[in-house]
Amino acid sequence: MIKKILITDENIDFLLKIEELSDQIITRCDQCGVCSGSCPLVSEMDITPSQMMRMVQLGQKEIMDSKTMWICASCYTCTVRCPRGLDPSKVAESLRQLRLRQGLDHINIKNIPKDEIEILPQIALVSAMRKFTS
Amino acid sequence: MEEEKNKRLDPQEVMERIAAASKPMVAGVEDKDVEYWVTIYIMGRAYKVPADLTILTAMEYAGYKFIRGCGCRQGFCGGCSTVYRKKGEYKLQSGMACQTRVEDGMYLVQIPFVPAEKASYDINKEEYNVSTMFKYYPELARCVSCNTCTKACPQKLEVMDYVQAAIKGDFKAVAELSFDCIQCGLCALRCPAELVQYDIAQLVRRMYGRYGSGKEPEHLLKRIKEIEEGKFNQEMDKITSLTREDLEKLYAEREREPD
Amino acid sequence: MKILYYPGCTLKTSAKNFEESAIASAKTMDIELIELTRWNCCGTVFSLTSDDLIHHVAPIRNLIRVQEMNKQGLVKGEFRLVTLCAMCYNTLKRSNLRVKENPEDLEKINNLMYLEEDYEVKVEVIHFLKLLEDMGFEKVNEKVKNPLKNLKIAPYYGCMLLRPKEVGIDDPEDPTIQEELLEKLGAEVINNPFKKVCCGSYQTVQDKNIVVDLSYSILTRAQKEGAEAITTSCPLCAFNLDNRQKEVKEKYPHFKEIPVFYFTQLMSIAFGLDKKYCRFDLNYIDPEPLIKSKGLL
Repeated sequence: MIKKILITDENIDFLLKIEELSDQIITRCDQCGVCSGSCPLVSEMDITPSQMMRMVQLGQKEIMDSKTMWICASCYTCTVRCPRGLDPSKVAESLRQLRLRQGLDHINIKNIPKDEIEILPQIALVSAMRKFTS
Repeated sequence: MEEEKNKRLDPQEVMERIAAASKPMVAGVEDKDVEYWVTIYIMGRAYKVPADLTILTAMEYAGYKFIRGCGCRQGFCGGCSTVYRKKGEYKLQSGMACQTRVEDGMYLVQIPFVPAEKASYDINKEEYNVSTMFKYYPELARCVSCNTCTKACPQKLEVMDYVQAAIKGDFKAVAELSFDCIQCGLCALRCPAELVQYDIAQLVRRMYGRYGSGKEPEHLLKRIKEIEEGKFNQEMDKITSLTREDLEKLYAEREREPD
Repeated sequence: MKILYYPGCTLKTSAKNFEESAIASAKTMDIELIELTRWNCCGTVFSLTSDDLIHHVAPIRNLIRVQEMNKQGLVKGEFRLVTLCAMCYNTLKRSNLRVKENPEDLEKINNLMYLEEDYEVKVEVIHFLKLLEDMGFEKVNEKVKNPLKNLKIAPYYGCMLLRPKEVGIDDPEDPTIQEELLEKLGAEVINNPFKKVCCGSYQTVQDKNIVVDLSYSILTRAQKEGAEAITTSCPLCAFNLDNRQKEVKEKYPHFKEIPVFYFTQLMSIAFGLDKKYCRFDLNYIDPEPLIKSKGLL
């Protein structure tokens, strides 16, 4: 089955926005798959990091419905291994920020059980707030 | 007496009586005697007011009557929060209306109320630990140390420092640095991370008083003893025996700043 | 030597075991770790978007404190800032680099923080392990009174010490800095191929099953290689590898618990210091039985 994708101005605008936010020339990604192979959390993701890069390259806004960038733990393994010197962690952050800057938090602070908050160290709460709330 | 107390009050009547009671009492100074005038803008509208007035009295001079956003008029209750800019300046400033003198070119707006949800807790059931602060105010983790709260504080408190002390679990530092907070709400209003600094500080001060300071509340215990010994019974009886009219008269004739 | 030290929030509470053992072992090596005055939370994570400046304010504010302490004469010509927490290390160092490479951003940040003196980009952020390496691990060896004989340790690095390359303290694929330190402490070093795999980090707040699976992999691999204990340099890794063993055991009942140390706790034991500096009460899996069994306590 051949999937046809029509690239419109809207798609290009999306790509440019993410490139600007992440400061990455995403079109350089040649889909080698090293990032996907390196990612320690890839098994939890619905699309792999390289698929994420591909979707952004094609300006596919459906990527915003994916949970991939929310599973990302910003471990930078992809960063140190990308043979083209790209940084998928910055792309993931840009996708997160695009959603968060609309005022739509990814976690609801109220839903974290109180007994969990009691055992979580500050470092965990602060980093989670930074990555998942705006 | 009982029937009077139980009679349902007409809100209009109450408002009229409050308005009559807050009418400026003494003429004070005549307009022709005022040497220095400034122009202030109340919600965008220009008014010429005597230069030595506070924001609060200047607005009253201009004809506004405060029924909200005004309290002790002494800089203690935190009710008259004001945000303003001066003509030609980009800086957003804040202060208490009763304590801040007017300046030429001030663009004013009053903030009578700041929305804040205070958590419900029983400090007797909580652990004296930083985790308790996060338990009730997890947004504490969102602080980015931008210092906007400190800049907004009319009491010149080091708000960012006490929020940071809270994140570090230093109850004593929070209690000491936040002690003079009047809970005006200006910090919470401007905070980009949407913390309510003073609610967090309140929890910490309570816990510190209960668990950390190791001191007996000697003044409180003394006062309780005095009450039990009936030291204030006479005063209390005097007030509770007054009629509504007596109370209103007392209120209208109370000692306060001249107009 | 006197050197400025940035603790980070967690080291003042649940990771006091890291701080106290570090200060004590540093003191044994004639290193006085002077806590930065009026420091604030670094923000834990480095903000990765190109346009965000507000999240760099917190790290840079701390670096300004280094300048202030020099001006106040609390240290002389010492612009290095030592951190223990790997996450704080990563964030402070990357923010420092960010403003170094973007003077316009630095100007904006300085203007926002107009109540502070300007940051002049003089500070060098350095991790405690690197400080020891630069001094020479033989110096560590000189202070060892109680070599960690027969203690099989698999050091764990996590992400923040090694990545990205511009801030890593060692090779991201095959780091050896902790191994060298532990050897000098007399321990038997075990190589864990998963020593650089992420522990799951902040996912522990909302999606802790991710962390449970990662921890299980990392810890059991170490155990397969023969490790009896793990070391770490990050309170979040410690939480995920140590405290989350409760959930690991629930999901994988055959899992055998393994103590997780901060490397400074091991330094403290090897130097023969009083065990009070180790604050083992803050470790989740009690490490004392293991250490006692090796005759080290």
